[in-house]
Amino acid sequence: MTFTSSVPFFLLAACLTATTALAQKPAASAAPKPPTNDDCLACHGDASATGASGRSVAVLPDKFAASIHGQSGIACVDCHADLARSADFPHGEKLAPAACSNCHADPAAQYDAGVHAEARRASKQSVAAACKDCHGTHEIRSSKDPDSLTYHLNLPATCGRCHGNADIIRRGRIAIGDVVAQFQDSIHGQALSKSGLIVAPDCKDCHNAHDIRRKNDPGSKVFRTAVPGTCGKCHEGIQRRYQHGVHGDALAKGRPDAPVCVTCHSAHQIQRTEGSTWKTHVLRECGTCHPESKRTFRDTFHGQETQLGFMRVATCADCHGAHDIYPKSDARSMVSSARVVETCRKCHPGSSASFAKYDPHADRHSHARNPMLFYTSKFMEALLIGVFAFFGVHTALWASRAVKPDVQVKPRRPDAGRRSQE
Amino acid sequence: MDDTRAAPVEPTAYQRFDRYNRLLHGVLMFSFLGLAFTGMPLLFSDAAWAVRLAGLFGGGRSAGILHRTFAVLLIACFVLHVWRLMHRLYVKKELEVLWGPESMTPQPRDIVEMLAHIRWFLRLGPQPRFDHFTYWEKFDYWAVFWGMGIIGGSGLVLWFPEFFSKLLPGSWFNIALLVHGEEGLLAVGFIFTIHFFNSHLRPDKFPMDPVIFTGRVSHHELMEERPAEYERLQRAHRLDEIEVGPAPGWVPTLAKFVALVAVTFGLVMVGLIVYAVLFARL
Repeated sequence: MTFTSSVPFFLLAACLTATTALAQKPAASAAPKPPTNDDCLACHGDASATGASGRSVAVLPDKFAASIHGQSGIACVDCHADLARSADFPHGEKLAPAACSNCHADPAAQYDAGVHAEARRASKQSVAAACKDCHGTHEIRSSKDPDSLTYHLNLPATCGRCHGNADIIRRGRIAIGDVVAQFQDSIHGQALSKSGLIVAPDCKDCHNAHDIRRKNDPGSKVFRTAVPGTCGKCHEGIQRRYQHGVHGDALAKGRPDAPVCVTCHSAHQIQRTEGSTWKTHVLRECGTCHPESKRTFRDTFHGQETQLGFMRVATCADCHGAHDIYPKSDARSMVSSARVVETCRKCHPGSSASFAKYDPHADRHSHARNPMLFYTSKFMEALLIGVFAFFGVHTALWASRAVKPDVQVKPRRPDAGRRSQE
Repeated sequence: MDDTRAAPVEPTAYQRFDRYNRLLHGVLMFSFLGLAFTGMPLLFSDAAWAVRLAGLFGGGRSAGILHRTFAVLLIACFVLHVWRLMHRLYVKKELEVLWGPESMTPQPRDIVEMLAHIRWFLRLGPQPRFDHFTYWEKFDYWAVFWGMGIIGGSGLVLWFPEFFSKLLPGSWFNIALLVHGEEGLLAVGFIFTIHFFNSHLRPDKFPMDPVIFTGRVSHHELMEERPAEYERLQRAHRLDEIEVGPAPGWVPTLAKFVALVAVTFGLVMVGLIVYAVLFARL
């Protein structure tokens, strides 16, 4: 049975009671009357109530009353079901865990399929989150409530209680590390925390709320091939352009090295693309798959200037586009012969077909790519080596001759100056 | 050996470079250092020092603006020099600009003197008797002259690519970029090592030869280092034409300071280049 807030609470309460009653039928005649909330709060309502171990067992009546369960009239024993049958109060220290799944079957089933449940099944000592780690316990609020731990703007901090906690990251062997810190600095994190944008994604928008899976799980929303769809939920226009482009095409054809959104943008450290940090970043990203293009770019003016941090100069996306990248042979490509002049004009307004013959990826070492450049390069190398070799030796000889003073008397030639006579 | 040597030991000085040439060399030196320091970061942009050096000039953009400013200075220098040469040649009809001992034109005697000089290095012969310009001075001069044409020309192409694309296909810009960088490297490497050694750092001049700043050589220097010139001038009774008083006292002091700064900066740049070539590129 699933809890639905639209159902009037008395119906629900009646239903719950009926279920509980049915489940307890065999012992019903002998069973004592279950304790009411007031019975429980008689002890637990005291803020200083502790168990034998000294752990607080207080349930603040106001907080519970304000919680969604308190508001909907859920009884303590609806969750702490083992106490419904108990006659001895105060009850024992060890209670069965509250079984959220009794009411919340669907989220529980989703949770069971996810990575947190998997980790908890694997080890009793697991630090992986259970329901209460994200939702809280007696103070649970609707995720639509701005005070809820799972409210849209609060969720990153809630996930961060574990994914931003060095101790838990270590014990849980969470490979990605302090991912919440990364997220908080990203464009999405800033949109949430700084701009308060309710439409900006929080953790669950990419990872799901309950069915959170590893990125290498083909059922995951962040599995490589699923990433464009996940990002495309919000960035629909970009997804469409990406799918048409060479990278989306490669992904559709099942190429294992085809880049998806996160390959270039990262998953949690997504930046604004207007900034200069992004322009440097994109070089590194494109360069990981296109090292030759990066090398030849670095060898020419645009690449050298950007290396020095002068970012008004073109990097990859300025000429090739970002999402709708096509092969040069495709007329839609920004660097195709049909469009290249237009592309150069973005920065060089006076450019022409002749201007666009400049090769921003010229390779002086490649005879095939540009023989004239290749031979010029060889000539320059020979010139440099020749000049420095000759004058290097000349200088060394001169130096060694000059430091050791002449032992013999410098001969004076009687015919000196003859040559200079005209 | 006659009466012109009546008072030989005392501070008779002869003019070697006039004010015009000294001034041009000063501007050349200043702009060349500026060009080297604003240009080399771009050529060695993959070296860590390049980013920091460009940062000292306010980053890549302002280093570029400074580079072009120095370039304008140097081009002005070049134009003034050529203009003066033309004036001497066409107006004053000084044909000795073209040929002879006072000309920069490479001549057979330069080859002869170079070979003799090398024989002297190897203790196989006497020191050659140089005249007004030696072969290595001519090489320095023509290296700069050629460099001005090649580096200046390619630099202008890179400065105004949109204009030059009307005259040349864009693929020439790739050539221009390559040549500009490599020639720049050659010029910087040559000036900051070979020229510095030949003119300043060699043991008999160390730490510097102030002649380009004072414009003067002493009687002794002229006789010892350029005996052919000395004897030629003496025979022509022209020594007193170029005889000048000693330089004002502040000139050698300033010269020492300027030369020390220039040589230091130059050697630092050489060090950075060597470091980049050895460690960042290999």
